[in-house]
Amino acid sequence: MLEIEIDGKQVTVEDGSTIMDAATKIGAFVPHFCYHKKLSIAASCRMCLVQVEKAPKPLPACATPVTNGMKVWTRSEQAVKAQKGVMEFLLINHPLDCPICDQGGECQLQDLAVGYGGSQSRYEEEKRVVFNKNLGPLVSTDMTRCINCTRCVRFTTEIAGQMELGQAFRGEHAEIMPFVEKTVDSELSGNIIDLCPVGALTSKPFRFSARTWELARRRSVSPHDSLGSNLIVQVKHDVVKRVLPFENEDINECWLSDKDRFSYEGLNSEDRLTVPMLKQDGVWKETDWQTALEFAANGLRKTAKQNGPDSIGALASPHATIEELYLLQKFTRAIGSDSVDFRLRQSDFRADGFREGAPWLGMPISEVASLNRLFVIGSFLRKDSPLLAQRVRQAAKRGLHVSAINASAEEWLLPVKNRVLTAPSAIVPVLLQVVAALAAEKGVNAAEHLGAAIPATVSDEARAIAQSLASGRKVAVWVGNLAVQSEYASEIQQLAEEIARLTGGVFGVIGEAANSVGGYLAKAVPLVGGLNARQMLEQPRKAYLLLNAEPDLDFANPALAQTVLGAAPLVIALSAFKSPSLLAAADVLLPIAPFTETSGTFVNCEGRAQNFNAVARPLGDTRPGWKVLRVLGNLLEFEGFDQNDSEAVAAEALAEGSRPDLGNRLYGLEFKFAGQTAAGFERVSDVSIYAADPLVRRATSLQKTRDAKAPVACASTATLAAIGVASGARVRLKQGQGAAEVLIVADDSVAANCVRVAAANAATAALGAMCGEISVERV
Amino acid sequence: MLSQESLQQIDREIAKYPPDQKQSAVMSALRIAQVEKGWLPKEVIEFVADYLGMPAIAAYEVASFYNMYDLEPVGRHKITVCTNLPCALSGGVHAADYLKEKLGIDFNETTPDGKFTLKEGECMGACGDAPVLLVNNHHMCSWMTKEKIDQILAELEDK
Amino acid sequence: MSGSGLILAGVDGDRTWGLQDYVARGGYSALRKIISEKIPPETIIAELKASSLRGRGGAGFPTGLKWSFMPRSFPGAKYLACNSDEGEPGTFKDRDILRYNPHTVIEGMTIAAYAMGCERGYNYIHGEIFDVYERFEAALAEARAAGLLGQSILGSDFSFELFAHHGYGAYICGEETALLESIEGKKGQPRFKPPFPASYGLYGKPTTINNTETFASVPFIINMGGEAFLNLGKPNNGGTKLFSVSGHVNRPGNYEIAMGTPFAELLEMAGGMRGGRKLKAVIPGGSSAPVLPGNVMMDCTMDYDSISKAGSMLGSGAVIVMDETTCMVKALERLSYFYFEESCGQCTPCREGTGWLYRVVHRIENGLGRKEDLDLLNSVTGNIMGRTICALGDAASMPVQSFIKHFGSEFEYHIENKKCLVPPEVQYEGSQIYVRP
Repeated sequence: MLEIEIDGKQVTVEDGSTIMDAATKIGAFVPHFCYHKKLSIAASCRMCLVQVEKAPKPLPACATPVTNGMKVWTRSEQAVKAQKGVMEFLLINHPLDCPICDQGGECQLQDLAVGYGGSQSRYEEEKRVVFNKNLGPLVSTDMTRCINCTRCVRFTTEIAGQMELGQAFRGEHAEIMPFVEKTVDSELSGNIIDLCPVGALTSKPFRFSARTWELARRRSVSPHDSLGSNLIVQVKHDVVKRVLPFENEDINECWLSDKDRFSYEGLNSEDRLTVPMLKQDGVWKETDWQTALEFAANGLRKTAKQNGPDSIGALASPHATIEELYLLQKFTRAIGSDSVDFRLRQSDFRADGFREGAPWLGMPISEVASLNRLFVIGSFLRKDSPLLAQRVRQAAKRGLHVSAINASAEEWLLPVKNRVLTAPSAIVPVLLQVVAALAAEKGVNAAEHLGAAIPATVSDEARAIAQSLASGRKVAVWVGNLAVQSEYASEIQQLAEEIARLTGGVFGVIGEAANSVGGYLAKAVPLVGGLNARQMLEQPRKAYLLLNAEPDLDFANPALAQTVLGAAPLVIALSAFKSPSLLAAADVLLPIAPFTETSGTFVNCEGRAQNFNAVARPLGDTRPGWKVLRVLGNLLEFEGFDQNDSEAVAAEALAEGSRPDLGNRLYGLEFKFAGQTAAGFERVSDVSIYAADPLVRRATSLQKTRDAKAPVACASTATLAAIGVASGARVRLKQGQGAAEVLIVADDSVAANCVRVAAANAATAALGAMCGEISVERV
Repeated sequence: MLSQESLQQIDREIAKYPPDQKQSAVMSALRIAQVEKGWLPKEVIEFVADYLGMPAIAAYEVASFYNMYDLEPVGRHKITVCTNLPCALSGGVHAADYLKEKLGIDFNETTPDGKFTLKEGECMGACGDAPVLLVNNHHMCSWMTKEKIDQILAELEDK
Repeated sequence: MSGSGLILAGVDGDRTWGLQDYVARGGYSALRKIISEKIPPETIIAELKASSLRGRGGAGFPTGLKWSFMPRSFPGAKYLACNSDEGEPGTFKDRDILRYNPHTVIEGMTIAAYAMGCERGYNYIHGEIFDVYERFEAALAEARAAGLLGQSILGSDFSFELFAHHGYGAYICGEETALLESIEGKKGQPRFKPPFPASYGLYGKPTTINNTETFASVPFIINMGGEAFLNLGKPNNGGTKLFSVSGHVNRPGNYEIAMGTPFAELLEMAGGMRGGRKLKAVIPGGSSAPVLPGNVMMDCTMDYDSISKAGSMLGSGAVIVMDETTCMVKALERLSYFYFEESCGQCTPCREGTGWLYRVVHRIENGLGRKEDLDLLNSVTGNIMGRTICALGDAASMPVQSFIKHFGSEFEYHIENKKCLVPPEVQYEGSQIYVRP
């Protein structure tokens, strides 16, 4: 520990601290631009110059290490003179365009200029002009305003993992730019807007739409991935204008993924369902709530009476709130049916009934930093969980060794020490080898229930993973979306659990959505013999309740979902949006509020329940989903539907004792792997980052990104040769009855004999299951 | 994108550095590429970056930072004259003026026949030899008189 | 080629740079002695300290002391770098050392590597002298072939790999941490210090960087002993040094003389003032050093202490001589343009300030000066100096301050009369292409 005196105040700081760290500790503000606590130190803006005893010249607080007994003055004459001098230099070439600058009112340069700038410029020469760059659909540029702090450059390199921006040229001609004519395509790109201390990088979707002081700032929680990023939602006249991160070191730190940040555009989509609608004789008509709800209640009552309550099923999105999911299952169970599920993209439910509790990450998110071995199974980690991937990236810099197995070697922009690329059906055999090698490595036996399945021989790549994990001090084994959505999800989880056991590590499930943990806690799963999401489609019901899900895009088997729901006598859809597939399948559409217009709760992957309030009034006749479900309960005169507010619903849902615990272990499930190699090609499905849920699918700017425009189908060069087509050719994909014609592109990150086909994509909505055999024919 | 010879030269440069520091060879690689191509189109910079396993923008930073790289096409022969103070005291500016007159172009211009580009240079570390010119980056000509300039231009004219 | 002193003694232009000639001049005897007698590294560093050799690149830091900062026992790679990125206007000595006597640099670096336990070194050579880079590569090949460089040098267990790396047009790479960045394949933007290269240098490993001439002096110090080297010069200013004389003299060139030699003698060696004209001003240590009026300079001796006392710096030993036909405003304008052009753009005061300085001086030179401009220039330079990451900010400022200080009346004349005190035709004639006799 080191003693330092800053502005007369004594403070003790850890070895290796800088003057800036010490100043922050005592709350002394040292003006700065290039310094950012999460980025490497540039020491280039020179705004944080302070006076240090015995130093002949002022030193940058951000980069100067504290020495014991150091005396520092941050506001002495020498310090302030230096700071003012720097401010003058920053301003001489900065345009005086604050009145038309989007950063106005939240500009660090503007703020500091008030304290350190002169009232008049001594610079009478010509000012510099820098041409703007097209960074893509999300970030707008006004490069003449740039002060070359390089925060954005350091962000892309250090946090996002890929240097997409640089400072080209030199001296006064230096300018921040991507490589010639390239755009910034990172899934974390929006953070450079927050980092930019001036108006050089601003939000393209938000541009010129409001001033910061006109906006109400309200806290919320992201409804997308399983991280549960904390948000500040900025609202003007009940319209969400912008989303910013709310700093939470335990969850999103000070970052947001672009999905969290820009999905709000979908809230104002023309697809918004704003009034209840009824389909009569095949024609949709707008109606009032009373009529719509009575129609729904009567329909359900009639169906239960005529076909038994088991003929009714409820299917919900994992992006729905705890309150919605809880009341949905309560309502369904009150009708007398146990058929309720929120795991719409899963196909293997054999582990149900054997679970210790709700599958979760198995550890706090913040502990990723202390891991030193990680094995990621079947995950598109970077696109499915951008900020979790970012944490892994930072941990990898500090020595975390990452191993991975997947059917697609997605570029994670972090060092992956061991990577196995294999077909989905071959993941289990490789994991068995890893178990065998680990058991040998540790000199113990694999768990009894795996017994005969343990192979005698082990491949080099499986052994390499086993050795990496065996040498770990703090190990985690994570199961990702592809694994959870696989036909072999049960075996994969059994083996992941075993690998974690053998390494003394943690077994965790990353989770695909904001309430992937919450859905279990809210009991939105069959518990006493009801049908799961897959069975409800394979064994068609007479009536369905559909919560925020679109038949063509949110199901493991979209062809089946559309057929079955389309044929069902009664489909009651609660949705924030209308879509052709909903209009085709549903009989009544009840407009429910998206996350910004209702209070609610999400339980993130680490099991943290985060509640939020509405930030805007519901649009049109929209009502919060939990209220709609409560009223439906009232209409059917069920007990227990008299909660006054969402807090009461959440309290009931998450009450200790009645909700399941978190837990990943599988008890008593027999290990029955009957893997068979597909005769033809095997389908690998990814849910594209901006296609995962109804809200983000309608976020127009995100839909213009490169990620959103990724090819629908791809396969390795060798596989394409086997099919007999060239990259870019048109092919017909076939699964069962479904077929789709798409372009196929060569991509050697896809496992051999596999075809990667985007799920949640209109072009493939006619196809069947996300996994299994697929045939490919040239057209 | 680049010839076999150029790639071999680049490989020799890579071998000078530790195996995990291929990026160190970027200055040489860009120089070699420029000798082959005459200048550095963005495709070439991207190719070099890929070859060395570094981000394209990092290679572009280098190409745009060091002023002997040409990011725009230049004439077949690029002549750079130092006009910095020590050279200027011994005729650097006069030599530049003479070249401008002979070639009929100003600094940063290329003769209509595409043969010559004239550049103003900064200190080349040869002030004692002033006036000095650099021909095509790699050939330094010392103690330039008008006669010698005539001679050099005549030689280059035929190349 | 003068061929006197130590480093350039016995060399004969382009003809004698090769290994054979170097060995004939006594080359590699210091290295052989060290290896055969297994001289401990500490002894070598002690000799360096005794020699009072100070860094020849400009800063004049004691070399022995610098070498002693290297954590010799540090496990893993340690690097050595030679700074031959000579681009400070007025300086051209390293080019001559490298093209006429490259092996002395190789030998000096090899001894340094031995003393500091470095396994690998790079000589960073100014891009514009590409032919010299090629010659150095050839010299390296000779040394390797002769077992003087590479694995198991002279059959011992000491190995040292040395390579040449060229710049490509950036003055800033002469700054030692910018040079390291450049070797790493990046833009040459200086690093903030601390950490210093001795703990975090090339590729993050301990690294020592010295100037070409510094390394070139090392074999001589080992051969003659530190004290004898010191005695060639004067206390605290050991040895001989190369001075690059340019500008209005009859014989511009490099002169290797004992430290402490009077400037008047050096001027005489350089053939005296061109055309017998009157000495007006001298920049004694490269363009970054403050200019001194001719009469002040005539009283100085050529060593760190004397020049410093006169208000300037010996720097790299680049002596730019200006006679009475020189317009000081125009001279400063050209230098200010240089710093504006060469600023790396990293830190604010230099990136923004060098352009400001140049534009104001340019205005004055072009008859658009204002009365308050001189105060403005002094104020702006004050805001640059001591506020930047590296010394380029100071280097850009010191000429401005010193030109105004010593030749302020000329600037005022420009501002008031919108023209030069020295008639343009006189200036033009004075700086004609100089044809050597």
